[in-house]
Amino acid sequence: MSRYLARFLVSRYFSSASSRPLHVCIVGSGPAGFYTADKLLKAHGEARIDIIDRLPTPFGLVRSGVAPDHPDTKNAINQFSLVAQHKRCSFYGNVKLGSDLLLSELRDLYHVVVLAYGAESDKDLGIPGERLSGIYSAREFVWWYNGHPDYSSLKPDLKRSDTAVILGQGNVALDVARILLRPTTELASTDIARHALSALEESSIRKVYLIGRRGPVQAALTAKELREVLGIKNLHVRIKETDLNVTPADEEEMKNSRARKRIYELLSKAAAAAGTSEADPDQRELHFVFFRQPDQFLESDERRGQVSGVNLEKTILESVESGKQIAVGTGEFEDLSCSMVLKAIGYKSVPINGLPFDHKKGIVPNVSGRVVSQTSGGISQNEPGLYVCGWLKRGPVGIIGTNLYCAEETVGSISEDIAEGVCTSVKAGSKGLMELLEKRNVKKVDFSGWEKIDAKEKQMGSERNKDREKLVSWEDLLAAAAS
Amino acid sequence: MLGHMISRFGSAIVKQLAKEGYLSAYGTRNLQRSYGQYLRSSPMVQRQTRTSQESLFLRNHKFCTSSSEKGDEETEKITIVFVDKDGEEIPVKVPIGMSVLEAAHENDIDLEGACEASLACSTCHVIVMDTEYYNKLEEPTDEENDMLDLAFGLTETSRLGCQVIAKPELDGVRLAIPSATRNFAVDGFVPKPH
Repeated sequence: MSRYLARFLVSRYFSSASSRPLHVCIVGSGPAGFYTADKLLKAHGEARIDIIDRLPTPFGLVRSGVAPDHPDTKNAINQFSLVAQHKRCSFYGNVKLGSDLLLSELRDLYHVVVLAYGAESDKDLGIPGERLSGIYSAREFVWWYNGHPDYSSLKPDLKRSDTAVILGQGNVALDVARILLRPTTELASTDIARHALSALEESSIRKVYLIGRRGPVQAALTAKELREVLGIKNLHVRIKETDLNVTPADEEEMKNSRARKRIYELLSKAAAAAGTSEADPDQRELHFVFFRQPDQFLESDERRGQVSGVNLEKTILESVESGKQIAVGTGEFEDLSCSMVLKAIGYKSVPINGLPFDHKKGIVPNVSGRVVSQTSGGISQNEPGLYVCGWLKRGPVGIIGTNLYCAEETVGSISEDIAEGVCTSVKAGSKGLMELLEKRNVKKVDFSGWEKIDAKEKQMGSERNKDREKLVSWEDLLAAAAS
Repeated sequence: MLGHMISRFGSAIVKQLAKEGYLSAYGTRNLQRSYGQYLRSSPMVQRQTRTSQESLFLRNHKFCTSSSEKGDEETEKITIVFVDKDGEEIPVKVPIGMSVLEAAHENDIDLEGACEASLACSTCHVIVMDTEYYNKLEEPTDEENDMLDLAFGLTETSRLGCQVIAKPELDGVRLAIPSATRNFAVDGFVPKPH
C-alpha cells in the first residue's frame, strides 16, 4: 500500500512540476465531458481544464434526459460537481460553440479540444406525413418534461384522444411511455417540470403502443426499465402471445447475450400475467407491438394537418450475417389510430463549422477519439489536438457509465499524443477564452452561477414538496445565475 | 513509452488470466458454495454484515461507529487485492462488512460509483478473478443482474462493487477493474450497445 502511494505521489510530482500547463477545453458538460475531465485531471497534473456548455446549466442529459422518476441515476451529478470544483477545472455555461466562438478559435487557444456535445437532433423516418402536428421526437418530449429551456413551450396536446403511439422500443421509448402512463401522484414529488406535470394531470392518454420493427428478442430496452413498468400500479402490459414464438436464430441471439435472454424472459412473464388481471376503470395499458414498421402517418379528416394514426407494415426477420437479424416488410398493412406519435428511433449529432462530420452515421469520424479528416486526395489524417468523446464519437447508444470507458479511451489517445510532444506550443488557455468572451459580450455562467440556479431550484422545490422545481426559461436561468 | 510498456505487460497478464479460465465460472459455481455453512458457524459476523449494509443505504456511513460497540470485531479486517488496468496488484485492508466500492474509495482506488450504491448504474463493476472466490459470494439479485447486463466488459464472474461486502472467506480475493484501454486494445471486446 505505502509502495503504491509513494509511486503515485512520485508520478504526480513529476507530472505537475516538469512541464508547462496543458490547456484543455472540453465542449459539453454531460457525462462524456465530465468523465473526460476527471480522467485528464488524474492523468495529467499539468492539465488546466475549461468545460464549456451552450446551456447555463451543467450535466447534459443527466439533467435534461434522465427521467424525473429516476432520481438515483442522477446521483452522478455529485461526482461531476466535485470535478467541476477541482482547482484545475472550470465550468463556463451559456457559451455557444459555433456562434459565440468558432472551433478554429478554440483550437488556437488550447492545446487540446475535446468535443463532447452529444446529440441534439433526431433521426428521421423519411416517410409521408412526418411533419403533421401531433408528431414529436421523443427527445423533444423528454426535454419538455425535463424543463429544457429550448422546449418548455412545446405544449403537446395530451387531451385529444386516449391513445399515443411510440415508435421504437428502446429505453427512451420506455421512459416516455412510463411518464405518459404513470399516476401523476407518483411524479408530483420528482423534479419534473411544472408545466409537464399539469399537462399530464389533465392527460386523457390511457393506452400507449410501443412499436418495434423486430421481435421481443431484439428489443433495445433494458431489464431494469422493463421491470419498472411491469411494477407500476394499474398499468397493464399487453403482449401478443404469438409474438413470443422464437426461431432458432432468436435462440442463437439469446445464447450470445444474457441481457437479451433476461429481457425476453421478463416479456414472456409479463405476457403470461396480462391475461389474469381484472378490468379497472382507471386502467392504463401499455401494448408492446412487435414486427411492425411505420409506413406512413395518417392525417385527420376533421382537423387538417393533425395526425390521426399510423399505417404500419407487418415485418418478418431475415438473417443477414451471423447473429444479426433485420426486419423486412411483408407488404401487409394495418392502421393504428392515435392522436399523438412520439418517435423514439434515435438521436443524431449536429455538425459545426470546421469539423469533419460523417452525415450518414451522424458522428464525427475518429480513431480512438482522435478526430480524423479526409484530405482532398482522399487520405485520412489526424486533426492535431482535436478529440471527441461520448455520443458525438460513437453514436447515441449506451448508458451514463458507457462514457467512463469512452472517456478513458479518448484520454488514452490524448496521453499518447502528449508523450509524442504534439502539445509543446504556447497557448493562451483560459485567459484567452475569458478575453474573447469579454470582447464579444458573452454572459458566461460559471460554476458558482450554476450553484445559485441550483439553490433557487431546490428552494422552489421544497416549497412544493418536490426534489427540485426547475427554472425552464433562458431568462429565469440567467437571472438566477446573475443574482 | 514506459507507460506503453507497462500497459502491454498488464495486458499480457489479463490475457493469461482469460486463458486460465476465470471467465467461465458458471458451470461450477453451485458445486462449491460454502457460505451457508459459514453462516451457521459465525452468526455474529452475519449480523455485523447486515448492520453495515443498512448503514450503507443511509449514506454517510461510518463503519467504525457501527462496529465499535462490538468490541474486538472492530479490528477484524481482510485483504482485498484490486488489480488495476495495468495489471498492478494493489492489496488493501478492508473491515468486515464494508462494501468493495467503499473500500476502493477509502484507498484511492479508481473505481467509479456514479449512482452511489443505489443500483442505478454499473460503474462499480469489478471482475472476481478467481472462480473459487466468486462462488463464495451470494447470488446477485435480479436488480444487480439488471445493471450487470449493461456493464462494460461483462464476464461470468462480474459483480457490482457496491453489492460485494467484505467477509472472512473473501480474504485474499482479487478483483480486476475493467478498463477501456485494456479491453479495446487486447481482449477484442466489443461493448454492448445497451
